[in-house]
Amino acid sequence: MSHVTSAPYLRLAGIRKDFGSFTALKDIDLEIAKGEFVCFLGPSGCGKTTLLRIIAGLEVQSAGRIELAGRDISTLPPAERDYGIVFQSYALFPNLTVADNIGYGLVNRKVPKAAARSRVSELLSLVGLPGSEAKYPAQLSGGQQQRIALARALATAPSLLLLDEPLSALDAIVRVKLRGEIRSLQRKLGVTTVMVTHDQEEAFAVADRIVVMNQGTIEQIGDAMQVYREPATLFVADFVGRINALPATLQDGGRLRVGDHLFACLHDGVAGSEVRVYLRPEDVLARPIPEGDPNVFQARIEKIEFMGPYCLVRVSGDLLGEHRLTVYLSLNYLAEAQLEVGSRLPLRLMPERMRIFG
Amino acid sequence: MNMAAAAIGAPVHQRVHWSERIAHAALALVALALLAFLAAPLAAILQQSLEDAQGRFAGLANFIAYARTPALLESLWNSVWVSVVVTVVTVPTAFGFAYALARSRMRLKGLARTITLVPLLAPSLLSAISLIYWFGNQGVLKSWLTQAGIDQIYGAPGIVLAEIFSTFPHALMILVTALAAADARLYEAADSMGTRAARKFFTITLPGAKYGLISAALVTFTLVITDFGIPKVIGGNFNVLATDVFKLVIGQQDFQRGAVVALLLLAPAVLTFAVDHWVSKKQTAMLTARAVPYQPKPAPLFDALMSLYCLAVCALILAMLGMALFASFANFWPYKLSPSLRHYAMGLFDAEVGDAFVNSLTMAAGTALFGTALVFVGAYMLEKTQGLKPVRSAVRLLAMLPMAVPGLVLGLGYIFFFNAPTNPLNGLYHTLTLLTVCTIVHFYTTGHLTAVTALKALDAEFESVSASLKVPFYKTFWRVTLPICTPALVDIARYFFINAMTTISAVVFLYAPETKVAAIAILNLDEAGEIGAAAAMAMLIVAANTVATLVFMGLSWWIDRRTQAWKQP
Repeated sequence: MSHVTSAPYLRLAGIRKDFGSFTALKDIDLEIAKGEFVCFLGPSGCGKTTLLRIIAGLEVQSAGRIELAGRDISTLPPAERDYGIVFQSYALFPNLTVADNIGYGLVNRKVPKAAARSRVSELLSLVGLPGSEAKYPAQLSGGQQQRIALARALATAPSLLLLDEPLSALDAIVRVKLRGEIRSLQRKLGVTTVMVTHDQEEAFAVADRIVVMNQGTIEQIGDAMQVYREPATLFVADFVGRINALPATLQDGGRLRVGDHLFACLHDGVAGSEVRVYLRPEDVLARPIPEGDPNVFQARIEKIEFMGPYCLVRVSGDLLGEHRLTVYLSLNYLAEAQLEVGSRLPLRLMPERMRIFG
Repeated sequence: MNMAAAAIGAPVHQRVHWSERIAHAALALVALALLAFLAAPLAAILQQSLEDAQGRFAGLANFIAYARTPALLESLWNSVWVSVVVTVVTVPTAFGFAYALARSRMRLKGLARTITLVPLLAPSLLSAISLIYWFGNQGVLKSWLTQAGIDQIYGAPGIVLAEIFSTFPHALMILVTALAAADARLYEAADSMGTRAARKFFTITLPGAKYGLISAALVTFTLVITDFGIPKVIGGNFNVLATDVFKLVIGQQDFQRGAVVALLLLAPAVLTFAVDHWVSKKQTAMLTARAVPYQPKPAPLFDALMSLYCLAVCALILAMLGMALFASFANFWPYKLSPSLRHYAMGLFDAEVGDAFVNSLTMAAGTALFGTALVFVGAYMLEKTQGLKPVRSAVRLLAMLPMAVPGLVLGLGYIFFFNAPTNPLNGLYHTLTLLTVCTIVHFYTTGHLTAVTALKALDAEFESVSASLKVPFYKTFWRVTLPICTPALVDIARYFFINAMTTISAVVFLYAPETKVAAIAILNLDEAGEIGAAAAMAMLIVAANTVATLVFMGLSWWIDRRTQAWKQP
């Protein structure tokens, strides 16, 4: 994140939004640096789109303050803020050509015709569609239309780019390709960008920082690794990636008990308290298995779900009682060790990866 | 956090952009127009009904007086039972026809559909005129009537028959829509379980069309009970509410009791409006976006029966239209049937219907032009702009209200409101301008709904994108919204034009001799016993509306061709 300067460029303070008696957003505080790419990630109805629309001025916050580049824009109408926006539906004007769509905002700024024309073709090259000026949106594929929408949003060189689920309407392959392009375009132009998505993989792939939201509040702000490895709340742990949640009792000496097994773990809690241990499937290892490691337990395979290069394997443990764990085992390993449903194998829980929630 | 704490307190209001003020002004103008030309006249009726002849508050005295007049109560009963009978006949007949169109592989569906729509091009009283030629005292089939035990067509039998013909297209349109919205997968599921045809009909088809049937029944009932032209022409001494209003107000100048009857007429229409609103909500909830359209399979016997049925209905409709057409050219009914233009000449020149016809065309053109503009601007401001919440809700309500107001009631409201000497708009009374305005308001709701549907089909974010690009909304309206919506605009204009040519009920109270329109002139010809000329003039209206329809269709075709570039990949 060396390219990101530290002074906040977009600043949200105490943003609240009520729809009647329903509170869609509660006291949102957020600072975004110049040139940063931030994703709002969360399940549908978490308020992420509402927050984006408040930044855009398309919704009015019930309370709170928004600053952009040091300017208070809290009460400014959309036209007096400075941003470009791309919607899930593209919102291209169907009766205008690609060139007219991209140049839509330029015409109004009295940009001379020739300059506008060269700006349009420059933008078309930038989004990888040179020479499509005369086409109509209906003649383009979904991915191409979204590129045009992106070019239109960037045409007036806004200081802020807002993306509202821009990839959700596209099919899987186009989505992956386009998100990479959006990311590199953003790097190249250095435009501060906020993108709303419900797809964590997408957020991981493009964002400098991810804002995980749930029920109108921010659960965690951090880069992809932080959000994944160090989920701040139960919600983040559950929502981001796959996770095992085991009820456990803390014991003395940095240990905890799951079922009848005592695992080593780094905790500073009070012995005897009931907690939940969160552990990702990839943090349960099949090899290496060191001799006498207290975190090794005897597992029995109950179900194998083929996922391609690896399998999702559900196991029970001799000492774990009714608890079940899901682990990733590579397809090659399963074949090599001749493992199938009913097979037994030792597994090791990584103590440093266990997250304990009270 | 300090900043956050400081920010909480007073609610945030976004500053209004100057371009948004233009939108607010436009919305306020639409609201003002609807208040002056819809809400105020209706309020005037309410006021009249609660006042005595000297303008003093009389409470419910007028209503009590009405309830004590046996003759008027008889009209109420007549109106109700005639409307019920017509509804009971029309709805199943139209359902059968709609079923044939939607669920059979009958041939020439397009032609059958077109024939059923032709009556909409004529004033409703045309069917009454035809009936007189078929079953009147000198009617071709008068003997059939006698054999059926009915001594004359004038009165309830004539009203019922004529209303069945004039309401049939309206009921049919609703039912075709209801039956077209079927999910093929439901039938496939039923077939896979070996369900019999009759059971499919009663468990899938009928429940699916339930709301359409309710809606069609209510619309038919309301059309009949509020219709003025047919009972006037063929009602004889059979009194109904609609003719009572006219007699009370124009004949006896008894505005107070007229207002009471008008309110009675308003009741079923308001009920229809409320039920229809409820029904349309249910209907949308029923159809999912994933429904697969139903494609009927060939079934020779069923298709043949359906064709036969539709043929019979179409033959009856053509018999109605054809008789009026034939009679309009007949030299001297029933003695000398050789073709002549006598009735046309008599109507156009002797009775000066020519001027009325020009008035009609002027009014229809004005209604189509200004009505479409007003309706579209109003709908756009409602759907695509923000702010000014109370005015917005008021316009939304007022735009739906005309559907619940029978033309006769609206016209009566106009007399009370605009004829008042204290009203600054009094100068409009008797002018063609006021007739045009009244007609626009009368048919506002259907145009409004068409415009709203077209606008809702547009991407909801066009305005957001424009704002982010700092382009004021009216430029996007002009460059994007309007061009995309032209097909809907043409539809609205056509609807306004045709209805303005045929309407009687709304304008019957408002014309002066020099602003008389053709449909009223027909009524006057009939009253004067010139039924041949009346038929001829009605045919001229049909002809004018046919030409107008063709022109509008041509316009649609031309627009469609011009916009093909961006519609198709």
